[in-house]
Amino acid sequence: MASVNRRVLPGFSLTLGYTVFYLGLLVLLPITAVFVKASSLSLHDFLGAVWTERARAAYLLTFGTSFLAALTNVVLGALLAWVLTRYTFPGKRILDALVDLPLALPTAVGGLVYASLYVENGWLGRHLVPLGIRGAYTRLGIVLVLVFVGLPFVVRTVQPVLEDLDPETEEASSSLGATRWQTFAFVILPTLVPALITGFALAFARSIGEYGSVVFISGNMPFKTEIAPILIVARLEEFAYGEATAIAVVLLVISFSMLLVVNLLESWSRRHDR
Amino acid sequence: MTVETTEVRDAPRTRAAATKIRRAQQDPAWLRWILTGLAIAVVVVLIVLPVLHVFAGALAEGAGVYWKNLVEDPDTRHAIGLTLTVVPIAVAANVVFGVAAAWAIARFSFPGRTLLTALIDLPFSVSPVVAGLMFVLIFGLQGYFGAFLRRDGYAIMPYLVSALLVLLLAVASFVFRPSQRRARRGLWKTPPLGLALAGATVFVLLVLAQQALGVWPTNKSLKIIFATPGLVLATAFVTFPFVARELIPVMNAIGADEELAALSLGANGWQMFWHVTVPNVKWGLVYGIILCNARAMGEFGAVYVVSGHIAGETDTMPLRIEKLFQEYNMPGSFAVASVLTLLAIVTLVVKRKLEDRIPAPEQGRRTGAHP
Repeated sequence: MASVNRRVLPGFSLTLGYTVFYLGLLVLLPITAVFVKASSLSLHDFLGAVWTERARAAYLLTFGTSFLAALTNVVLGALLAWVLTRYTFPGKRILDALVDLPLALPTAVGGLVYASLYVENGWLGRHLVPLGIRGAYTRLGIVLVLVFVGLPFVVRTVQPVLEDLDPETEEASSSLGATRWQTFAFVILPTLVPALITGFALAFARSIGEYGSVVFISGNMPFKTEIAPILIVARLEEFAYGEATAIAVVLLVISFSMLLVVNLLESWSRRHDR
Repeated sequence: MTVETTEVRDAPRTRAAATKIRRAQQDPAWLRWILTGLAIAVVVVLIVLPVLHVFAGALAEGAGVYWKNLVEDPDTRHAIGLTLTVVPIAVAANVVFGVAAAWAIARFSFPGRTLLTALIDLPFSVSPVVAGLMFVLIFGLQGYFGAFLRRDGYAIMPYLVSALLVLLLAVASFVFRPSQRRARRGLWKTPPLGLALAGATVFVLLVLAQQALGVWPTNKSLKIIFATPGLVLATAFVTFPFVARELIPVMNAIGADEELAALSLGANGWQMFWHVTVPNVKWGLVYGIILCNARAMGEFGAVYVVSGHIAGETDTMPLRIEKLFQEYNMPGSFAVASVLTLLAIVTLVVKRKLEDRIPAPEQGRRTGAHP
């Protein structure tokens, strides 16, 4: 660990002071402002803002779609991580690099292109809409973009664990007479579980706050396709700052608890490693 | 690892052991084919097709129209210019912070270090829309500073500018002081209290000078929300953790030995920083900057809330995409989107190239941007 005597290396008080100052000004102060504003509302107003029928529909939709998307991501992410670590095939490096694209691509671009891919005359919608699968301006569309946005998280948390897996355990399992499927289900999968849960939590946390991509594809109809961040913006555009803040506080509390869960999971799985 | 030890122990059986392990790890060919095919299909449908569609949509009416959509639409042109103004400021601010935070956290131990590291990640877990809302609550018309800013907003400028200058002076006095205690003379000998007093005096003098000279207009409103400063604040908030997150593990991995050597050979802080620290961490720094830049260029939610979407004034590129989309101008929308997509592809390529150059210990958590 690089803890060096403060009298030897220069700049401790300067850099720490600046770090705390900048963090406080840009991050902690604004977050405090939201909670202060929310606490200035009476309990009645607060509940009136966060517990309306429209707000409840929005939370339900946000969590439902985020949950479904994160679950889909776990399956697809595990598949991609497995293929990328275990097999060799031409174009593997490109495939590996492409997985990171959702992190680099602006969410607005993702939303725009997904919306136009799945509309009736879009590249994919042309074939899917006649089958009754409507991707654009529906809840399915929200799940689709959230899957896109969250895909890298599961892949990138599972991949290193698979790479570090000890080949001897698999050899032992197969020499003791286990079939390939048994080896996977009873030897490999249990070691992947912490990474899969962490990946799920990361994708889920990201999906809850997602706005840029969803706003393009959802159509934003109250009670139907309006997620919580869109409701906040709608309240802001009515200049109902109190109500917007109340809903924001609900979202903040949930995201912070998700962050806590992720950190606990990470320390738990690290303890598991030893 | 295990295969290597087998090799050392009993060389003749190595090959047999290796094949056995390989067979134990290998899936049947049909399964390999199916899973590989599925994985490729997932990436093609979810990622490749959308990217191709962006360019197809942008070029749907020919290259001439594409060019016109990008360059001849004054609002689009303004949006590109605005993004190119806001993003460098926000990224530069976060780079300065990231270097300072990494130096403090990776080089020293102090109480609250773990908490500070966790707090740096906080913006990742805040929904962009909520991030924008925070700044509206503080600087908006009905916000905490709203009335003040509208009445006489520029009154804060002397304090802001003076604080910045004093900070720069403090940095300069720290980095240029001789590393050997014995060689410190004059101001460099003074304890922190003396420095603080000197800083305060300079600050007061600077403020008084600016007020006396009337540098800033009085009784004039200063717009932060629905204007460029708000866009910078929102972007800086959302991209806050990137540089620090990348630099801390890199600095940890490299260790302080070379820096200590430089100091003991008589380098001052500035020389040590530029000749030892920066060359050591430069690839990690570049990595952090490109990720930060990509996110800053593409930021939508936070910027959406603070911008007020005034076309030709506060629309950045992602906001311009949305506006053109709402106006059913799909080729125009896709034209702007294609520029950002190109940027994303370049970011990915550079990121890949850099990953081979960054010291390994943090490979495990190379999840790109975390959330």
